[in-house]
Amino acid sequence: MTLLTIDHLEKHYGGVHAVAGVSFSVASGERVALIGPNGAGKTTCFNMIGGQIRPDAGRVLLGGEDITGAPPRALFRKGVGRTFQIATTFGSMTVRENVQLALLSHARRALRFLGEATDAAAEEARALLAAVGLETQATRPCDQLAYGDVKRLELAMALANAPRLLLMDEPTAGMAPRERHELMALVSDISAQRDLSVLFTEHDMDVVFGHADRIVVLDRGRLVAQGSQEEVRVDPEVKRIYLGESA
Amino acid sequence: MTFADLLAQLVNGLANASTLFLLASGLSLIFGVTRVVNFAHGSLYMIGTYGAIWLAEHLGGSGLGFWSAVLMAACGVALLGALMELAVLKRIYGAPELFQLLATFAVVLVVKDVALMVWGPEDILGPRAPGLTGAVELAGQSIPEYDVLLIALGPLVLLALKLLLERTRWGVLIRAATEDREMVGALGVNQVWLFTSVFALGSGLAGLAGALQMPREPASLGLDLIAITDAFVVVVVGGLGSLGGAFLAALLIGIVKALCFALGTVELFGFTLNFSKLTLVVEFVLMALTLALRPWGFAGRPLRGLREAPGAIEHVRTPARRFWVIATAIAALLALLPAVADDYALVLATDCAIFALFAASLHFLMGPGGLTSFGHAAYFGVGAYAAGLLAKQAGASMLLALVAAPFAAAAFALVFGWFCVRLTGVYLAMLTLAFAQIVWSVAWQWDDVTGGSNGLVGVWPAPWAADKTHFYWLTIALCAGAIALLWRVMHAPFGYSLRAGRDANLRADAIGIDVKRVQWIAFPAAGAAAGLAGALYVYSKGSLAPDVMAISRSVDGLVMVLLGGVQTLTGPIVGAVLFTWLQDEILRRTEYWRLILGLAILGLVLLFPRGVVGSLRRVLRGGEA
Ligand SMILES: Nc1ncnc2c1ncn2[C@@H]1O[C@H](COP(=O)(O)OP(=O)(O)OP(=O)(O)O)[C@@H](O)[C@H]1O
Ligand SMILES: [Mg+2]
Repeated sequence: MTLLTIDHLEKHYGGVHAVAGVSFSVASGERVALIGPNGAGKTTCFNMIGGQIRPDAGRVLLGGEDITGAPPRALFRKGVGRTFQIATTFGSMTVRENVQLALLSHARRALRFLGEATDAAAEEARALLAAVGLETQATRPCDQLAYGDVKRLELAMALANAPRLLLMDEPTAGMAPRERHELMALVSDISAQRDLSVLFTEHDMDVVFGHADRIVVLDRGRLVAQGSQEEVRVDPEVKRIYLGESA
Repeated sequence: MTFADLLAQLVNGLANASTLFLLASGLSLIFGVTRVVNFAHGSLYMIGTYGAIWLAEHLGGSGLGFWSAVLMAACGVALLGALMELAVLKRIYGAPELFQLLATFAVVLVVKDVALMVWGPEDILGPRAPGLTGAVELAGQSIPEYDVLLIALGPLVLLALKLLLERTRWGVLIRAATEDREMVGALGVNQVWLFTSVFALGSGLAGLAGALQMPREPASLGLDLIAITDAFVVVVVGGLGSLGGAFLAALLIGIVKALCFALGTVELFGFTLNFSKLTLVVEFVLMALTLALRPWGFAGRPLRGLREAPGAIEHVRTPARRFWVIATAIAALLALLPAVADDYALVLATDCAIFALFAASLHFLMGPGGLTSFGHAAYFGVGAYAAGLLAKQAGASMLLALVAAPFAAAAFALVFGWFCVRLTGVYLAMLTLAFAQIVWSVAWQWDDVTGGSNGLVGVWPAPWAADKTHFYWLTIALCAGAIALLWRVMHAPFGYSLRAGRDANLRADAIGIDVKRVQWIAFPAAGAAAGLAGALYVYSKGSLAPDVMAISRSVDGLVMVLLGGVQTLTGPIVGAVLFTWLQDEILRRTEYWRLILGLAILGLVLLFPRGVVGSLRRVLRGGEA
């Protein structure tokens, strides 16, 4: 069953056609990698799906519902989790408090004036941190984390609303190769257990071929190929982009 | 209104616009390059006026004497600006931006008292410009020659600055630094001298503006804050960093003010509208409108928030049980104070409690919210006036007034906050200032209701609280309770959401937190607390006047919060008590309390760039990073 449908998305920046009529879809439980060279339009696509920027044209459907232009906070309520290319967390809080706040928000209790935030949802927070392998770091201020751990923390926060769809923009950038596979194996596990769809961008082809069910290739804002790993691997257009004209 | 009236006012307005532009362009240049919001810019202007008058007197009444005085005053102020940069700001460019702000507040205090020492408290009239005392005839009106000169000077200075920025290497560097600071560093430009020289240029422009006003406006000790608010308005309306924008904004404000004067009192649909009364407020209304419609002024671009420098975010821990036990014990000890203190000390302690609450409420916005308010006195003032008016005009009991005041202040904060959270950084701070000035000028002008500049007198506590000791107990109980409530909210989910919006806006949004809404709600919460402080203040003094919400009160609040440390819970309380007590202590010994306080703050800022409590904590922890 299709969960996410991208329908002719467009975005211009002045003369730059950052995304030019891209359409594809993601099925429930499917892991799709969005790949392409630098400046291909991957992040722009992600931001249009995630509600950070408004498309100039086209639609985004989630489970059949039109969510084009809905703000990120509304998508969070509809079961979309998101991590960013440049990982951001709340620097003045501990690792656990970051996750607790995401859980509080999911329970619609983030605006309460009373009660200690640090006492809230302790058990769920512990479980989420354990799931991403951060339980030993729970009480550390999160601005002291290594970058790889910041990425894991972002993932834990993105999972706090028990999402149907996870959007991950370069989830493993800045990590050591071993860490990359660990993190993506974790994501794959969660995806399989919870029937969670994952759309991610990635520059590391090992990660892509190791963890994507399907691959969508962008170049200069256009969709040039999509399909299974095998189909994409042999696609002449993809070869040309990645290996240069001579190939 | 006749056409002749309008023309006369218009000429006057345009002449004002010219000096306003000179003043504002200096501020804009300095901000553009160094990112310092220099509150002392108005003080430099004031020194320009005083200095020019003083020099003109000593140089004799010739044309040469007058113009030498103007030039020497401008150059002197330029030197002073460079000195201030070298002695103070240079040392703290690496400190959080809010600390630089605090340092410039301290300079304002110091300069004001130095001016008082040198030139005395009386206003000083300046000489007229020899050779330009006449008037030219235009449409049957005589226009002062000096005004014509000023009107011509504005565009000339704009042109000269444009040429400087576009045709010289120095100018190119200034522009490059304004657009991208890192790039200048990368190019290997000697930033040190660039910053100092820009400070000199900007300060010189302020000095020139002040000097040129000497025949038109007497030198007075209030000029500094008037000038800085006017300059802020122009720079913000025009767009930070844009000279052209500042020029347009100065013109617009000059013309609109002139129109208000020229319109005078008008009968409209049976109402009598006195437009000339609006002149005090019209520029702030213009600023509020501009920011509401164009959040970055006519020609400005978005800026990041006024923040602590990266890495300077203090990790806020949830207070342990021990903290609350100690806090309660201190409150209980304070209740015993009347056993050992005389009336004088009790009144001072009452003041300390009131300002501690005021500072804590400002800190609620600035600390967890990252929302710097330059106009927090507005809520203090609204609370004060609500209580005073209820008591005097409606004969309400003290209890009712104390209950109603926070609601009144919260209502204002709800409205102001709705506009403010649409902006960020300096623009947000400026909009809060504009709102505070609007409220202040309404209180000042609306004689029939607020008593105008005389204010209201005879607002005394109910008999059961009239005794100094009883009133002290009431104040301590209410202030401690309100502060504890604010602290609880900071550590409740709401406080975390507020911090989340400050730490990482995008991430907060992505986990379902509506950052603007959270920030909006923070305004009435802080406003209510400030309103309660204001109401208690009225009853403790027995009277109130518009200066309960003058800019200087907002600045006091900022100094208290920053002195103690923004990223600590108890810092603002310590800052408020220190400030209130020091002010009283110094005032008993010398009238130059601002000088001493300003120097003390400068010393503290240079010694403890993280605020008193923050730095102490660091020292106690043994210098851990
Ligand atoms: N805010 C913006 N203003 C102007 N141009 C932009 C903006 N954002 C993106 N672009 C341009 O749009 C194009 C696509 O950028 P995008 O960030 O989506 O690429 P990407 O595929 O994510 O690249 P990378 O792999 O480097 O992350 C680029 O040419 C970029 O320069
Ligand atoms: Mg990208």
